Amino acid sequence: MINNLRVGLMEEINFPQLPDNQTGLSVIVRFRGERERERDEGRRMDLMEKNMELIEVQKLEGHTDRVWNAAWNPVSPILASCSGDNTTVLEETHTRTVRSCSWSPSGKLLATASFDGTTAIWEDLGDEFECISTLEGHENEVKSVSWNASGSYLATCSRDKSVWIWEVLGGNEYDCASVLNGHTQDVKMVLWHPTMDVLFSCSYDNTIKVWWSEDDDGDYQCVQTLDESTNGHSSTVWAISFNAAGDKMVTCSDDLTLKIWRADISMMHSGEGYAPWTHVCTLSGYHDRTIFSTHWSSDDIIASGAGDDAIGLFVESKQHDSVNGPSFNLLLKKEKAHEMDINSVQWSPSKENRLLASASDDGMVKIWQLETIP
Amino acid sequence: MVSGLINENPTVYERKERRVRTDSTNSDEFSVEPIDQLEIFDILFFDFAFINIHHIRDIRDPEHPYSLEQLKVLTEDSVEVDDLKSYVRVTFTPTVEHCSMATIIGLSIRVKLMRSLPPRYKIDIRVAPGSHATEAALNKQLNDKERVAAALENPNLVEMVDECLSPSFE
Repeated sequence: MINNLRVGLMEEINFPQLPDNQTGLSVIVRFRGERERERDEGRRMDLMEKNMELIEVQKLEGHTDRVWNAAWNPVSPILASCSGDNTTVLEETHTRTVRSCSWSPSGKLLATASFDGTTAIWEDLGDEFECISTLEGHENEVKSVSWNASGSYLATCSRDKSVWIWEVLGGNEYDCASVLNGHTQDVKMVLWHPTMDVLFSCSYDNTIKVWWSEDDDGDYQCVQTLDESTNGHSSTVWAISFNAAGDKMVTCSDDLTLKIWRADISMMHSGEGYAPWTHVCTLSGYHDRTIFSTHWSSDDIIASGAGDDAIGLFVESKQHDSVNGPSFNLLLKKEKAHEMDINSVQWSPSKENRLLASASDDGMVKIWQLETIP
Repeated sequence: MVSGLINENPTVYERKERRVRTDSTNSDEFSVEPIDQLEIFDILFFDFAFINIHHIRDIRDPEHPYSLEQLKVLTEDSVEVDDLKSYVRVTFTPTVEHCSMATIIGLSIRVKLMRSLPPRYKIDIRVAPGSHATEAALNKQLNDKERVAAALENPNLVEMVDECLSPSFE
């Protein structure tokens, strides 16, 4: 049981430090309400025409090792982060680095993926977290875990090159529904589409694969592979993120680029079969080290975090070229956002503020606010 | 299990005389000297012994306790450093083209640098172009930090790396 969990108020500048013997998985921070903010009528409109700045509002220093991942709870103002260090609590469950974590859509469960080959499911009991289940099966390090939109499925992926789909049954039971083989190398991340039960995975084999069960019978197949021949990446693909509507996707890679993709998902929603993803544009020249993470905000700002210690923010260009399709511009680049590689960037689901969490090898999690400079 | 060594008769080169560092004219004891090529070379060679894998497992077969310098796996030119950009790239030449020790050597170089350089440093490790059969695959693996992190959680690998980094016999 996590009975030594610390909570902190985001609004206080002095975040309570965790005692020495307790670090690791969860630097869980609860917001006490959100600041009221004047609605800016034009805020969704052309950000490019305003002077924007990414301001650091909080620095969380509870970890003693690199922080791989940070995840905002979808319904409550809580942030979870996971690290190479291990808590006294986590050691009981995970025996090696916790690589990534993901909240269920209800916000009540947290899944953690570990180098020890297992995925643990934790339940938020209010003042503590309890491990209610451990998913075993992968042959080696689990890299990523993702819940589908309804919370009925989980997906995990591993260095063993496979992607597993787990069915969420009642009573804390999880059953392996499918083992998907296809990638020829280490799978870095797995992500369910935001509105459909279509699964995406990206890999050290430089490709992105799309997995779909046509008859909805749980029989998932790889229906598309985005590789170099389809304008895909030329090196390891580290992350995927969708826009809110789910008709666009951004991927980032060791090839130093971000790529935007789109699909006609209305076709899929109306049952006309699989709609393939096509390349829209490639954003290059913005980072000179591996881009480890990217996240598409609900108001259409793409964030990137890279090995050059910088955060990039991109927005779609107003100039819509009907021939070439949409293009994206750099809104701003925050150099030296951290002192070491940035492993994860995630926008808060909060509609009130534009808050971004970043996690780094320097052991810190930072919360940023995107603001207009007067 | 092959009982012979991977490289029975390595070519051993003469050690270069250590270049003596002249005293800096800057007498401020708190000033920070920029890190240069020679310093990184020294980091890599001081107390860095290359031991054949068989030696690690079979103490009845003591082996080539020569340094990487003597085997010309690394030379001063192997190191490209830009202190202002906090960047270093080390290029090493495995003694044998199919050398399975290449991963361990590369990993050991990375670990040695990680332990010796300030955390701001970005480290790239690669094999010399044309020096290894699976050059691209090896380079990719040596520079994937998630793979490196996972490897360094493997006690057997860590032990081998520590053996490589243990003080020289001389």
